[in-house]
Amino acid sequence: MDFQVAVEDIIPWDGTLSVSDFSLSARTFSDKWKRFNPSFPSWLWIPCPNHHLVSSHKEEGYLSLENMCHIQSNEEEETNISLAWKEESNILLQSGEPFDDATLVCPQHEVNHYDFHIVYSPSYRVPVLYFRSYHSDGQLLQLNEIEKDLAGHYAKLRSESKWTFITHEEHPYLNRPWYKLHPCGTSDWMKLLFHGDPSLNKNGSVVEQYLVSWFSVIGQVVGLKLPMEMLNTVASNNSYTLIHTFPKVK
Amino acid sequence: MSEAQKQVWEGAIPLQIELHESEVTTLPPPPPALLLAPRIGYLPLLISLLKPHFTSTLPPGVDTIWFDYKGLPLKWYIPTGVLFDLLCVEPERPWNLTVHFRGYPSNLLLPCEGEDSVKWSFINSLKEAAYVINGNCKNVMNMSQPDQVELWGSVLNGNLESYRRVASKLKLGTFDDEYTENTITDSTKSQQSTGDTDAVVQVKTGRIPVRLYLWTVNEEFDDFEDAPQIDNWDKVSYINRPVEIHREDGKYFSLNEAIKRILPEFFLDNFSVSEGDASIDLDAREEGESSSDPGSSCLPLETAEIKLVRIQGIEPILNIPFSWVVNNLMNPEYFLHMCVCLKVSKANAVQ
Repeated sequence: MDFQVAVEDIIPWDGTLSVSDFSLSARTFSDKWKRFNPSFPSWLWIPCPNHHLVSSHKEEGYLSLENMCHIQSNEEEETNISLAWKEESNILLQSGEPFDDATLVCPQHEVNHYDFHIVYSPSYRVPVLYFRSYHSDGQLLQLNEIEKDLAGHYAKLRSESKWTFITHEEHPYLNRPWYKLHPCGTSDWMKLLFHGDPSLNKNGSVVEQYLVSWFSVIGQVVGLKLPMEMLNTVASNNSYTLIHTFPKVK
Repeated sequence: MSEAQKQVWEGAIPLQIELHESEVTTLPPPPPALLLAPRIGYLPLLISLLKPHFTSTLPPGVDTIWFDYKGLPLKWYIPTGVLFDLLCVEPERPWNLTVHFRGYPSNLLLPCEGEDSVKWSFINSLKEAAYVINGNCKNVMNMSQPDQVELWGSVLNGNLESYRRVASKLKLGTFDDEYTENTITDSTKSQQSTGDTDAVVQVKTGRIPVRLYLWTVNEEFDDFEDAPQIDNWDKVSYINRPVEIHREDGKYFSLNEAIKRILPEFFLDNFSVSEGDASIDLDAREEGESSSDPGSSCLPLETAEIKLVRIQGIEPILNIPFSWVVNNLMNPEYFLHMCVCLKVSKANAVQ
């Protein structure tokens, strides 16, 4: 919220987000995801009680999308890759209508499970995508195996931005090794993203829209595409204000 | 450079390291290795000393070095001195560790492929610190190859002069020699008075990179010997939040205030004070008044009390200027590592 004040003061925005704006933006993101991506599982907000005390008033937490399955297909064409994600239940029920036919043969293929978390980094003041992957037997995948899964998406984005790379670090809340897309360039390209869209600045919805825009870039690295409707800020904002429960700070 | 900094760089932990029994294939078993591990160093860097000592007894296989203390696998990316401060509340000298070359617990620890992993972990932290301080990490990203080599070499060899020469190019300097020299030689009393004036001009940035290792206790303990042992990493909250230095007129920002800013969930409203500690009491009231979160005032009050703050093996008085602590006690990657133990009243504790 302090950011909106900054915009009004016409202080050049540095592309970052405060922790409370993050939780606000996370809700917008998961609500929209649910509306425009009904065939996918939802992103859940996992509140992190501040360690040991009950009455924590801070809305600290992260978004979680777990147990997504990546289908290993032998004929990996570019078109199939973006459709290679399925919710586990869809695979079991064989009811993945919205997906490409190629995925229906999935049970014969090796299935890798992926967990995704969107966690706020207080150092970089931006969201960070953490993920891990495991085989059906629970064995964790190594980075080179993950890179094979993500090869199409990752290579493309990596060629476009030298800032997007994967590091192996400890999950800030779970204290276990996870992979993450390193956030040191995030604020720079977020700034560019929003400068290219003055309407966002005008209606003061940068904070709400932040995570959606961010994920439209970051999601591609792991092959999770956003529906175009989610990015259509004007249309979705109008309908969103009706169900929107957060007071706008002026 | 200050005396305190020199001491931090020269600081070392005496270690007595045994090879884990499952990896001993010879009789008699090899004697433990005794060595000094630099505080600012990292455990896997000791491999060049340990490998020759144990190599003849190891079973066949590929070496991946890791350590445990009383069964707790040690995180190699935490500086050795911090591990000691955190896990050995009552300092044990020598510190008895177990080394393993097989069976790496990769579900618990980040993989470590030798010195290179440690170096990149260090550089990543340095980048993060640079971002916190300057709002970007360009200076670290653009460091020349020779500078990078020199910087890492200075950490490996504990060469403070070489470190200062190359680190100054990163323009992360929060140093102020005049201030540091004054405080280190003067008595505590004049330390505070110089702090009043110098701290204001000294630190150019408002954001300080801090890694805080928090553990809480419910029971009272008088002696560190009676302090509960950390036998599981889940008992330690690893808090990586920058601290913003706040100053009010004519008053410096103290270590005590910094801790409370990092842990607002414990201290924002109510602040219980250990009896007889007037300095905390004073600050606590001010902190309560300057609380900026109106939503929290109606919530049940917590009772948390700072039992222990240990930084680089020392327990600084809590009203010391935070800028002095940062400038003198930070690690070479520009993070200040603090081990903090809080006593939380049982009624309010979750666990």
